[in-house]
Amino acid sequence: MAHRRINPDAIAELERIVGRDQVLASGEELRMYEYDGSVETGRPDCVVFPSDKGQVAGIARWSNRHGVPMVGRGAGTGLSGGALAREGGVQVVFSRMNRILSVDYENQRAVVEPGVVNMDLSRAVAHAGLHYAPDPSSQKACTIGGNVSENAGGPHTLRYGVTTNHILALEVVLPDGEMVRIGGDAVDPTGCDLVGLFVGSEGTLGLVVEITAKLTRLPESIKTMLAVFNTPDDATETVAAFTARGVTPAACEMMDGWTIRVVESWIHAGLPADAGALLLLEVDGTREEAEEQAARVIDICNANHAREVRTAKDERERETLWKARKNAFGAAGRVAPDCYVQDGVIPRTRLPEALRRIAEIGRRHGFEVGNIFHAGDGNLHPMLCFDGRQPGETERAIATADEIITLCIEMGGSITGEHGVGMEKDRLMPLLFSEADLELMKRVRNAINPLGLLNPGKIFPVGKGCGEIHTPAAVGGDKRTA
Amino acid sequence: MATETTQTRAPETDEAGQVDRPDYRDFARCVHCGLCLNHCPTYKLWGREADSPRGRIRQMFLVDRGEMPIDATFVTHIDRCLDCRACETACPSGVEYGKLVELARGRIEQEYQRPAATRLAREVFYRRLLPFPGRMAALGRLLRFYQRSGLERLAAELGLLKLLGLAARAELMPPIDSKFFSTSETQTFPVRGERRARVAFFAGCIARVTFTALSEATIRVLQANGCEVVVPGGQWCCGALEVHAGYRDVAREMARRNLDLFLREDFDAIITNAAGCGSTLKEYALLFGPGTPEHERAETFDSRVKDVTEFLDELGLVAPMRPLALRVTYQDSCHLLHGQKVREAPRRLIAAVPGVELAEMAFSDQCCGSAGVYNVTQTETSMELLRKKMDCARATDARVIVTANPGCLLQLRAGAKMAATRQDVMHVVELLDRAMGDPG
Ligand SMILES: Cc1cc2nc3c(=O)[nH]c(=O)nc-3n(C[C@H](O)[C@H](O)[C@H](O)COP(=O)(O)OP(=O)(O)OC[C@H]3O[C@@H](n4cnc5c(N)ncnc54)[C@H](O)[C@@H]3O)c2cc1C
Ligand code: SF4
Ligand code: SF4
Repeated sequence: MAHRRINPDAIAELERIVGRDQVLASGEELRMYEYDGSVETGRPDCVVFPSDKGQVAGIARWSNRHGVPMVGRGAGTGLSGGALAREGGVQVVFSRMNRILSVDYENQRAVVEPGVVNMDLSRAVAHAGLHYAPDPSSQKACTIGGNVSENAGGPHTLRYGVTTNHILALEVVLPDGEMVRIGGDAVDPTGCDLVGLFVGSEGTLGLVVEITAKLTRLPESIKTMLAVFNTPDDATETVAAFTARGVTPAACEMMDGWTIRVVESWIHAGLPADAGALLLLEVDGTREEAEEQAARVIDICNANHAREVRTAKDERERETLWKARKNAFGAAGRVAPDCYVQDGVIPRTRLPEALRRIAEIGRRHGFEVGNIFHAGDGNLHPMLCFDGRQPGETERAIATADEIITLCIEMGGSITGEHGVGMEKDRLMPLLFSEADLELMKRVRNAINPLGLLNPGKIFPVGKGCGEIHTPAAVGGDKRTA
Repeated sequence: MATETTQTRAPETDEAGQVDRPDYRDFARCVHCGLCLNHCPTYKLWGREADSPRGRIRQMFLVDRGEMPIDATFVTHIDRCLDCRACETACPSGVEYGKLVELARGRIEQEYQRPAATRLAREVFYRRLLPFPGRMAALGRLLRFYQRSGLERLAAELGLLKLLGLAARAELMPPIDSKFFSTSETQTFPVRGERRARVAFFAGCIARVTFTALSEATIRVLQANGCEVVVPGGQWCCGALEVHAGYRDVAREMARRNLDLFLREDFDAIITNAAGCGSTLKEYALLFGPGTPEHERAETFDSRVKDVTEFLDELGLVAPMRPLALRVTYQDSCHLLHGQKVREAPRRLIAAVPGVELAEMAFSDQCCGSAGVYNVTQTETSMELLRKKMDCARATDARVIVTANPGCLLQLRAGAKMAATRQDVMHVVELLDRAMGDPG
C-alpha cells in the first residue's frame, strides 16, 4: 500500500480543475475516506469533488499525467471495499454530481448524474406512478453510480431484475480521460453489449458520469405477506416449492430465528420472537393478478407447515415489515461490537442443506450465525457477530466466513451475489475461476484500463508471488459490517 | 500519517464523579454502513464525509482514542453539526449520536482554545446570562427598548445591520413581549371542568421573555382538558443550550436545581412546550454518573417529563372545539421527532381540530436550520436550510405552518417573511387554543 505524497504542484493543478475548496489533501480529512461500509480500509492521498463530467475528464487526464491512481466513490455504502483507495491515489467523490438531469415520463426513463441517491430518484418520479426498480437494502443512501458499478440487486430483484436490466445508456470517462457514450435508447441496442460490460465492473473500467435509467410503473396493487415457520427447514422447503410450482413472488426474503429476535428487539415490527424462520413475501400486478398470486403463495406456505401467514393491511404495515427487513444488518450492530456480513450464492434448491451446514460451521468456530437473505434467488447473507477487541476473534470470524464461502462454491454457487469482489474477496477468486478465466477477465480490463490507474488492486488477486497477504486493518473503529 | 497527540486525555469523570466520556460500545455500535448520510442536512448540503454523521462519529472516535488532535478542523466539523439527531432516526444500529456529540462538545470546551472574542461571547452567554432568570429579563427589557424605541427601525434604515453582516440576524431577532411570563413565584392555574391530572409546567428561559402568549395558550389548553397546572416558582433554564454547546458543568447545576424544584411533589407529569428543552429534560440522567444520588432522581424526573403534544395525545382531548377552516402543514421539530421519537402525537392533535386539513410537507422530518443557537453561530448554513424548507412549505399550499418548538417558530416566521410565503406559523397548542376558546 504505497503512500505517495502527491507533490504540491500537482495538487495545485487539481485545484484549478475542480476549484480550490473541492480538493482535500490534509491527513485528517483523508482519514474520512479510508473506510466504507465494509471491513476494509485504504487511505487516498487526496480527495476531489467534481461538479460536472468535464471536471471528471480533467481529473482522469491529470491522473495520467502524474501516474496517480484514481478511485470513484458514491456514498461509500459498499460492502467489499470497492471504493477504497487500496493503493492510494486520488479519490473521486461523486456526492456533488447529484442532479436528476431530465425525466422522460412518456418513455419512462431518466437521465441522472451518478451521485443521485437511489431512493431520491424513485421519490422524484413517484407522483407519476413510476419508480426506479432496483432496490438494494441500502437504497436510502447508496448512489446510482455505485449501483451501476456493483450491479446492485435488492429484494425485488426476483421479479424486476438487477441494475443491469434497468440501465439503457451510460456516459463514461475512460481511464485515459476520453469521454464515451455507450448503449442507447433501445432496450436491446445493436452491437457489442458494452453497457453490460461496464455495469458491475466495480469501478475498474471507467468513471460513470451520466446514466440513462429505465423507470418502471408502480404496480397497481401490492400484497405483502409474512409467513411464520417453526423451523428454517420449513421456510426453505417453501422457497423450493415456489420454484417447483412455477410461482415467482416479486420478493421473497428469509430471516432466521436469531435474526428475528435481534431485529424485533429494535424495530418492534410485531415479528413473532419464538419463530424458527420467517418469509417476507410480496406479489404485485393488477388487483386480480395480485389477489390470485397471493392465494397461491399462501397455499404453498400452508402446505409447507407455515404456522401462520399474515397479510399487511395497509401501506403502513407494509412499510413496517420492510423496515424490519432493510434495517436488519444494522440491528445486528446492537448485539455485538462487530458484525461481519457475508454475501454468497447457492442454488436455491439446496437452501435447506446450505443453512444446516452454515450453522454447523458457525458452531465449530464458536459463533452464532444469523441469516437474512434474498431467498428467492439463493443469495445468502450470513452474519457473524463478534468482538474484535478479543484477541484472535477477528481472525476466527474471517476464517469462519471463508469456510462459508467455500461451502457456497462447493454447492455449485458463487462468492458474491451483489456486494462485489472488491478487495474483500479477491483472494477467493481462484476458488471459483480457473487460471484461464481470470486471465481473460484481466485482458478485458487491461484493454480498457491498460495502465491500471483506475481502481487498482481490486477484483483480481493481488501480489501473487510477492507475498502481499491482505488482512483487514484493525485500526480505529473498523467493524465487520453490513 | 503521524498524529500529533498533544492533548491530554480528559479524565473519565468530572469533579463529582459524573461520566463525561463515551464508552467504547457507544462508538462500536456504528457499523459505518452509511445509511444515515442522506438524512443529514449538512451532508446533503456539502456531500462531505467529515460533515456526515458517520464521519463525525469516526472523528470523535479517533479523538477519543488519541489518534486525532482536538484542532480547528475537528472543532469546525463538530460545530457545524446541527445536533438535530436525524441520523439517530435513520440509524438501524441504534447509535446514540446526540449523546456522542454532546460529550465531544464538552471535551472541546475543556480542551480547545477558541479565538478570544468567540470564547468571551460564549462564556458570557452560557455562564453569565442563560442561567440567571433575572439577567435574562434585564436583557429582554433592553432588547424591547431597542425594538420599540425606533432604534431598530433607524438601524434598518441606515443599513447598519447589513454593514455589520447581520441582516439575516435582524429577521431572526425574537420580538420581545411587553409582559414577561413570570416564574419568580409559584402559580397554580385551576382546572376547568372535571379534574384529570395535576401537572407542572416548565416555562423555559428564553420563552419567558419572548413567548408569553405561547406559555399562556399552553396553560389554557391544559386547563380546558382537565389539568390543574402548577408553575413552580424559581425554576431555571433547562440547560439544553449548555449541553449542546458543551458547558456540561453549567447544565448540571441547572439540572440539580430543577430536580429539587420539580420533584418536591409527585406531579402526574412535567410539561414543556419546547421540544428542545424536552429532549434535554428527558435526558438529565445522562448528566450524572450511574450510582450517584442525582442519577436516580434524574431518572424519576425524566420519566415524568412529557412534551405537551405527547401528553395531550395520551390524555385525550375533551374540551369542545369550534371548526377552523384551515389548510395546515406540520414541520417536525427535530428534538421532538428525532430526540424524543414523537411523530404521531402532534399530527393526531392537529387532525382532531374540526375543519383543519393537514397537508404533509416533503422533508418535514428535516431540520429548518434553527437548531438552538445554530442560526446565530452558523447563519449562512442555517439560512440555506431555511430557504429549502420554505420551498417545501410553500409547495403544500397551506395557510399555516404548525410546529412544536419555540426556536422553530422563530426560524419559520423569519423564513415566511424572507420568502414572502404569507404563511402563519404557530405551535400545535396555539392551534388547539384557537379552536378551543373564544380567545380574550
Ligand atoms: C446496510 C446495507 C445494505 C446493503 N444492501 C444491499 C443490497 O440489498 N443489494 C446490493 O446489491 N448491495 C447492498 N449493499 C451494498 C451497497 O450499498 C451497494 O454495493 C451500492 O451499490 C453501493 O453504492 P455506493 O453509492 O455506496 O457506492 P460506493 O460504495 O461508494 O462504491 C461502490 C463501487 O462503485 C464505484 N463507483 C461509485 N461511483 C462510481 C462512478 N460514478 N463511476 C465509477 N465507479 C463508481 C466505486 O469505485 C466502488 O468500486 C448494502 C450495503 C449496506 C451498508
Ligand atoms: S451512525 Fe448508524 S446509520 Fe450512520 S453509519 Fe453508523 S451505524 Fe450506519
Ligand atoms: S445531528 Fe443532524 S447535523 Fe448532526 S450529524 Fe446527525 S443528522 Fe447531521
